[in-house]
Amino acid sequence: MAINSHLALKDHLRERRLVNARLIFAALFSVLLFTGVIIRLVVLQVVEYDHFDSLANKNRVDIEPLPPQRGLIFDRNGVVLAENMPTFSLELVPEKVPDLPATINALTELLQINETDLLRFHEQLKQNRAFEQVTLRYQLTEKEVARFSINRHRFPGVDVVGRLIRHYPQGELFAHAIGYVGRINQQDLLIINPQNYKGTLQIGKTGVEKQYEDLLHGTVGYRQVETNVQGRTVRELKSEPSHPGKDLYLHLDIGLQRTAVEALAGENGSVVAMDPRNGGILAMVSQPDFDPNLFVSGISIKNYSALRDSLERPLYDRSLRGHYPPGSTLKPFVALAGLELGVVNEQSRTYCPGWYSLPGHSHRYRCWKHQGHGHMNALDAMAQSCDVYFYDLAHALGIDRMHNFLDMFSLGRKTGVDIPNESGGLLPSSEWKRNSRNQAWFPGETLIAGIGQGFNQTTPLQLAHAASILAMRGTAHTPKLVRASRSGGQQDLQLMPSSEPVTLPIQNADNWQAVIDSMVEVIHGQRGTARHIGEKMPFNIAGKTGTAQVFGIAQDEKYDAETLEKKLHDHALFIAFAPADDPEFAVAVVVENGGSGSKTAAPIAKKMIERYFNLPAELTAEQLEAIESESLPAPSEAVIDE
Amino acid sequence: MSELLSQPRRRRYRPLGYWLQNTHIDGLLMLGLLALLTVSMVVLYSSGGEDIGLSIRQAVRMSIAFVVLFIAAQIHPDRLRDFAYWLYSLGLLLLIAVLLFGDMGKGAQRWLELGFMRFQPSEIMKIAVPLLVASYLSERPLAPSFLRIVTALMIIAIPTVLIAKQPDLGTAMLIASAGLVVIFLAGISWKLIFSFVAILAAAAPLLWFNMHAYQQRRVLTFLNPENDPLGAGYHIIQSKIAIGSGGLNGRGWLQGTQSHLEFLPERSTDFIFAVIAEEFGLVGVVLLIMLYLLITARGLFIASQAQTSFGGLLAGSLAITFLVYVFVNIGMVTGLLPVVGVPLPLVSYGGTSMVTLLAGFGILMSIHTHRRMMSP
Repeated sequence: MAINSHLALKDHLRERRLVNARLIFAALFSVLLFTGVIIRLVVLQVVEYDHFDSLANKNRVDIEPLPPQRGLIFDRNGVVLAENMPTFSLELVPEKVPDLPATINALTELLQINETDLLRFHEQLKQNRAFEQVTLRYQLTEKEVARFSINRHRFPGVDVVGRLIRHYPQGELFAHAIGYVGRINQQDLLIINPQNYKGTLQIGKTGVEKQYEDLLHGTVGYRQVETNVQGRTVRELKSEPSHPGKDLYLHLDIGLQRTAVEALAGENGSVVAMDPRNGGILAMVSQPDFDPNLFVSGISIKNYSALRDSLERPLYDRSLRGHYPPGSTLKPFVALAGLELGVVNEQSRTYCPGWYSLPGHSHRYRCWKHQGHGHMNALDAMAQSCDVYFYDLAHALGIDRMHNFLDMFSLGRKTGVDIPNESGGLLPSSEWKRNSRNQAWFPGETLIAGIGQGFNQTTPLQLAHAASILAMRGTAHTPKLVRASRSGGQQDLQLMPSSEPVTLPIQNADNWQAVIDSMVEVIHGQRGTARHIGEKMPFNIAGKTGTAQVFGIAQDEKYDAETLEKKLHDHALFIAFAPADDPEFAVAVVVENGGSGSKTAAPIAKKMIERYFNLPAELTAEQLEAIESESLPAPSEAVIDE
Repeated sequence: MSELLSQPRRRRYRPLGYWLQNTHIDGLLMLGLLALLTVSMVVLYSSGGEDIGLSIRQAVRMSIAFVVLFIAAQIHPDRLRDFAYWLYSLGLLLLIAVLLFGDMGKGAQRWLELGFMRFQPSEIMKIAVPLLVASYLSERPLAPSFLRIVTALMIIAIPTVLIAKQPDLGTAMLIASAGLVVIFLAGISWKLIFSFVAILAAAAPLLWFNMHAYQQRRVLTFLNPENDPLGAGYHIIQSKIAIGSGGLNGRGWLQGTQSHLEFLPERSTDFIFAVIAEEFGLVGVVLLIMLYLLITARGLFIASQAQTSFGGLLAGSLAITFLVYVFVNIGMVTGLLPVVGVPLPLVSYGGTSMVTLLAGFGILMSIHTHRRMMSP
């Protein structure tokens, strides 16, 4: 028993020593292992800390641009012409979408995304970098927003984004003048500062929207946000607010604009009205027009090709780019040239037998009145638009003297209006012909040029501008659409800096009066070509009709509107300003294939004048009320030092 | 003898010690565990997105687990020893049941639906395997004979294979190591250990070249998850970022960006260590590791003081296995070891493993506090 007990005890002690030795070994081994673990932690948390810290920050901090709100555009009365409308669009960040095709399929099912959207999306996808958002669908309805919100968890990297998009409440009415904004494309990217356009989707493409892009756009702001693993914003770290673009106040008047469109009554053509005292463009209409809202979020291919391929060319801004022979509307300027250069005086007479021949030639240049006007002085010739008088005058002036004089009125060259894409046109000279065609100038061409035909090409804007210079007796203001701007949140308007007016170097001021008198005779004279519009006017209007040939008529043929196709009909033109002795309003009208300037174009100008001076208007009381209710109180003006 | 004489006096002066002794609770171990569970509640509040509910649920589970610990501490080690075969058999039965009728959870079949709760039979094996191996090996004087070692290996291998088939490699590995630790502590000769290692080393290439290419790829990904950054590697990359960005002092409690912004997956469970490292820095994690080491040290001390070799083997195995859990989890989260899905013991959110672990500590306390009632 004792031995057994002793043995058991000894056995127990031996076992215990064995187990304890192993325990000590295990403890030491554990310490060794955990020393390794701690070394690993030191490497991660101390040695490589910077590396992981920057990775962690990259993981979570996202810089979001805050696009500025685009400035609004108002007409002279404060009627909104371009505004920003809140819309919801579905946007995705390709980088953050795990399975793009599957996501798009699922979204297509959920929200009825059509072919056009997908096409546009894929196009965008190629252009954008992977971390930039691409719009899949614009203008979601509230229902669609709700439907997506419920399913949002299924679509990491996809989100509904509320944005302001441009909207033109007046639709077509200002399409050409104001233009439109559209998606920023590759060409735009070359010009803009991409930093400032982070988050901005649209940029001015034409008209005022393009020209004043810098003012309208504003300055981008930033928001540093923390995002979670799906790229959704969790909280804001810091932000720098954006500065909204400036609002623009135009010279354009919505009433005049409407009047012009109504007066053109579906004819193709253009009406440009200006305030000659400052060059402000009061109306600028080109018909036909288009809805600029179509372009804002990317026009569909179908819509675009319909606009582009239309024979009526609605996208073409006739007021800025339409080249029309000025026809007889050039005569006041030619007459002024004759008086100023001493070729004729007010009393000089020319006999009109209905045709004119250059000395030594047999070719007969016909007057529009085949039986002839008889003896004509400058006043009569203007009132009755006698071609023969001007053939003779032009011949006496010679093409180059005539060109140099008319050039002062910016005819056939750009006026410098404050919207892009203005076209020059052509005021012919012998030098021009030699340079461009390598041909000598023929004396017969001088005669044709003298009545505004032949090579002469002017735009409606140039005609309105030239009429304004005439109205102001030689003081030329550069035509301008934008009158003033207003910084966000401020009440005061800042007038646009304007260039100093140019005064034409005319020696004898009486010559202005003589020409203007003759233009008054056109409207108020007994034989004036536009005498039908002068009735019941409380003041004198100075004007000139013009009828421009679209094609040449052979020597013995007669122009017969009945048998001609519409597109070969003459263009009808008219320029005018009023009141003649203290002009406030100048207008140029071109009606394509309108026939006669007197019958077609002059009444349009009359309506414009009536509208401007609030003469017995053709607008009904209801319409007036509608306009007034749209108008905002005009902000007070602050004149800035120049 | 002098110890026994001084006991009544000590009882008078230290009523807490007396109380603890009579409820079979080890004060130091209890202190360590409570400290660890406090850490768990604090960290879970942060990792769970400041949801106090998560901490409360964890506290409720803890209370249940402490009841289990208390009960386990009351059971005399000898009763436990008698119970070993039954517990092991029950565990095996349930494991087979799981393979046949188990619930699928996260792609693995581990759970048994008991109506009122879900139960993971592999947890039983965490106790049952070391218990049976210790019991079996201590039947004969140590060190064990070769035959007994082979039998012990069989006892370990059966549940390990069943659990690995679920598949739950992490738990299978832990259970195997719990059993192997017992064999190691029982005094298996170093010669034998090296022979086994040599055989394994020799077998590995043979196994490798007999695998299909896709199996080889899977093994490689398992061993180096960072080769697959969007799949298996995502967890480990994100967890390394979280740990590394914690730096020396951490970002502060509730300030961890990776965990709060959901970059870190499984942040309340398997990857909770990364949250601690991010928010409390190197200082915090070293303190935590020290706490784990202290708890283990106390366990090893208890093992060394055990009066039977059964108690010594079981206590040693439980203490070392606890540390193995810690090592495997931290090794996985820091990218030292493959990702095997082992929670950080007593800190990770989850009930079952906590109950098992505290039951294990209850056994440790029982081994320690029942000492004096045995005759030498």
